[in-house]
Amino acid sequence: MPDTTFLDATELVLNMGPQHPSTHGVLRVILKLDGEKVIGTECVIGYLHRGVEKIAENRTYAMFAPYVDRMDYVAAVSNGLGYCLAVEKLLSVEAPPRAQAVRVTLTELNRIASHLLWLGTHALDIGAITPLFYTLREREEVLKIFEKYCGARLTTHAFRIGGLQYEIYEDFERDVNAFCDMFLPKVDEYEELLTNNRIWRRRLIGVGILKAEDCKQYGVTGPVLRAAGVKWDIRKALPYSGYEKYDFEIPTARNADTYDRYVVRMAEMQQSVRIIRQAVAGIPEGPIMAKVPKVIKPPVGEAYVSIEAPKGELGYFVVSDGSTQPYRVRIRPPSFVNLQALDRMCRGALVADVVAIIGTIDIVLGEIDR
Amino acid sequence: MGRLMKKILLVDLLQGLWVTFRNQHPRNIYTEQYPAERPKVAERYRGAPRLNINPENGETLCIACNLCAVACPENLIVVTSERNEQTRRKELTHFTYDTSRCMFCGLCEDACPVDALELTQDFELATYTREGLIWDRQMLEEGPRPKKYTC
Repeated sequence: MPDTTFLDATELVLNMGPQHPSTHGVLRVILKLDGEKVIGTECVIGYLHRGVEKIAENRTYAMFAPYVDRMDYVAAVSNGLGYCLAVEKLLSVEAPPRAQAVRVTLTELNRIASHLLWLGTHALDIGAITPLFYTLREREEVLKIFEKYCGARLTTHAFRIGGLQYEIYEDFERDVNAFCDMFLPKVDEYEELLTNNRIWRRRLIGVGILKAEDCKQYGVTGPVLRAAGVKWDIRKALPYSGYEKYDFEIPTARNADTYDRYVVRMAEMQQSVRIIRQAVAGIPEGPIMAKVPKVIKPPVGEAYVSIEAPKGELGYFVVSDGSTQPYRVRIRPPSFVNLQALDRMCRGALVADVVAIIGTIDIVLGEIDR
Repeated sequence: MGRLMKKILLVDLLQGLWVTFRNQHPRNIYTEQYPAERPKVAERYRGAPRLNINPENGETLCIACNLCAVACPENLIVVTSERNEQTRRKELTHFTYDTSRCMFCGLCEDACPVDALELTQDFELATYTREGLIWDRQMLEEGPRPKKYTC
């Protein structure tokens, strides 16, 4: 068969990225196009590979904690929580109640920060530039709380194995409650900007449908799965850090399209505020650090802990050989698994929809490439 | 009928524009005039490292125990010391801190038993050379001297 690619084939191969601004980092997508229609995609990842899992094998348990912040740098606090919980499970210790309440407060604040960044950039990709300014303005308030609490805004390193390093600062409760009061009306403001906007609706409704059955087959978790109508949230299913004490709902939707994922994430931010209010009102007195030896040397064994990160199920599998360094750390990042479904969601869509679909999965390349 | 009128009169778009209009007020300006206006960082901010000296006698607080160097994930701290023959105590000779590799995780600060090493609120660490990022003991004790900006 002679190669007729240029003569009579209708298929066009187009590279999108790795420098394309709406791939949210350094994702390269090879699109196979028939005119404007996408007939297949292929993701090329690894441009941000830093070998985090290998680094873990050459660091002690405590030393590796700051590195996990650099995976999903938008939600560094969640990453740190997952890693700390995994090592705590290996050591069979549990963080004291006071530490747990602070952990829940900070991770939920981080969920809001992550969703806010997602909303702003997703809307920017679609063509609405205004929400970005407003969401970044509110995100700044969350980052200010992080900075006051632990001294860093993004790569926080807020938690330590066994509890917390830093005691909450004096006005912590007041700051967090002030943020909650300020933030809830802002969610309505975003909804006012976007929900009824005809361009927003036309660009999102019916785009990138991924049904519940496909979600389960791909292992997709997080808001993408919940938008398909599956009520699966690890905070409810396998509670950690005392999430079973808090009263909140799992927002779901039915149509499994991009618009429904937007609806689910907006509702999730409101639920997060609910959790934060309960957690911060009930921070008990007591120690913030469990009894953990100075040199962490877990017994031989392995532990897997998964938490509900803003983007989906974030799992840490830590194997110990009894030394001060982990034998193996395997990380299950939600973005990496969710990205697999891109091909399925893009088939039959238009090129402009690919931008919307990449945005709606909410990927962070630092986490995918690790 | 009502829906058609709403569509023709662009109600949904005007609703969004009304939000933009509400946020027009000059008190909603959030831009920081950075070099002229110094941002206020938090008290616990983890920025430039500092090696504290005892204000009473001007001697370093560091006891050269090497715990910070052991705690550092990036292995960027080098502490050298020598034993004072008269007092039989370890004394610090050199302290090198490579800020180019530092990720400001604060583990060295946590490890320090005498609060000698500290990450301060200073965040201006840019230099013109790579060598300038490697801080020696004098720089750690006296701090970097940032250029004065005038405008």
